[in-house]
Amino acid sequence: MPKPAEVALPSDREVRVTRTFNAPRQLVWDAHTKPELVQEWQGYDGWDMPVCDMDVRVGGKYKWQWRSREEGKQFGFFGTFTEVDGPSKIVHDQYYDPGDMDFAMPAGDPCIVSVELSEQDGVTTLVCNLTFVSKKARDGAVATGMTDGMEHSYARLDDMFKAAA
Amino acid sequence: MQTSERLDLTFAALADPTRRAILARLATGEATVAELAEPFEMSQPAISKHLKVLERAGLISMDVDAQRRPRKLELKRLEEAVDWIERYREIFEQNYQRLDALLEELQAKPSKRKRTGK
Repeated sequence: MPKPAEVALPSDREVRVTRTFNAPRQLVWDAHTKPELVQEWQGYDGWDMPVCDMDVRVGGKYKWQWRSREEGKQFGFFGTFTEVDGPSKIVHDQYYDPGDMDFAMPAGDPCIVSVELSEQDGVTTLVCNLTFVSKKARDGAVATGMTDGMEHSYARLDDMFKAAA
Repeated sequence: MQTSERLDLTFAALADPTRRAILARLATGEATVAELAEPFEMSQPAISKHLKVLERAGLISMDVDAQRRPRKLELKRLEEAVDWIERYREIFEQNYQRLDALLEELQAKPSKRKRTGK
């Protein structure tokens, strides 16, 4: 079982997620760039992905839409690929399309998403960097778009305290 | 204070290992400045500097006992910070677990996944 994803805050405008996969880099690249594969894993519990259009080349556009199974409400992201260097790096801007959601996330400001892949001994390391226009945008993006049912857990506090010891 | 300002103060406060250890100690119960300083072999003024940062972030408060003035942990603020980053991590982790399953499938039966270019 691969180690869980780790999140770091390299600056006040960024979020960095690091994760390893027991698979060759080419497959992880394919999973990020082929629409039929992207649809199988990207999204949110309880949401379908009715739209996954991707023109994976520099200057190419993409559009992702998710629909809630329970309420039928829809939202998504769209943007343009700015770097495509398979199988090691892909960068795109990401605009939020609020659709028929009530979220207060600023729809105008994009974030820049960069995914870098490296492989060693059959294990691929993925580093996903999200850069927002401001601290406020970053914090807002985390607060909105979250699914319900995230429970408070004292176990997480315990982990933090253990890490401090 | 706006949520993002509060989070900034919280994260800055948590960025120091001594302060995290102080919080860990307070999680087991209130303590005076002297009691908190002891395990670090730090002077009380040095510990007090850390306590001020934690108080400003709302992570600890001072209890009313005038003589002892013990500090106690304010869980709600801490939960807010942990939850914020944890929610983010969980969304990614849920996606990546689905990706794990897909990658396993792709490696098991490559022939079934042949697709024409689109």
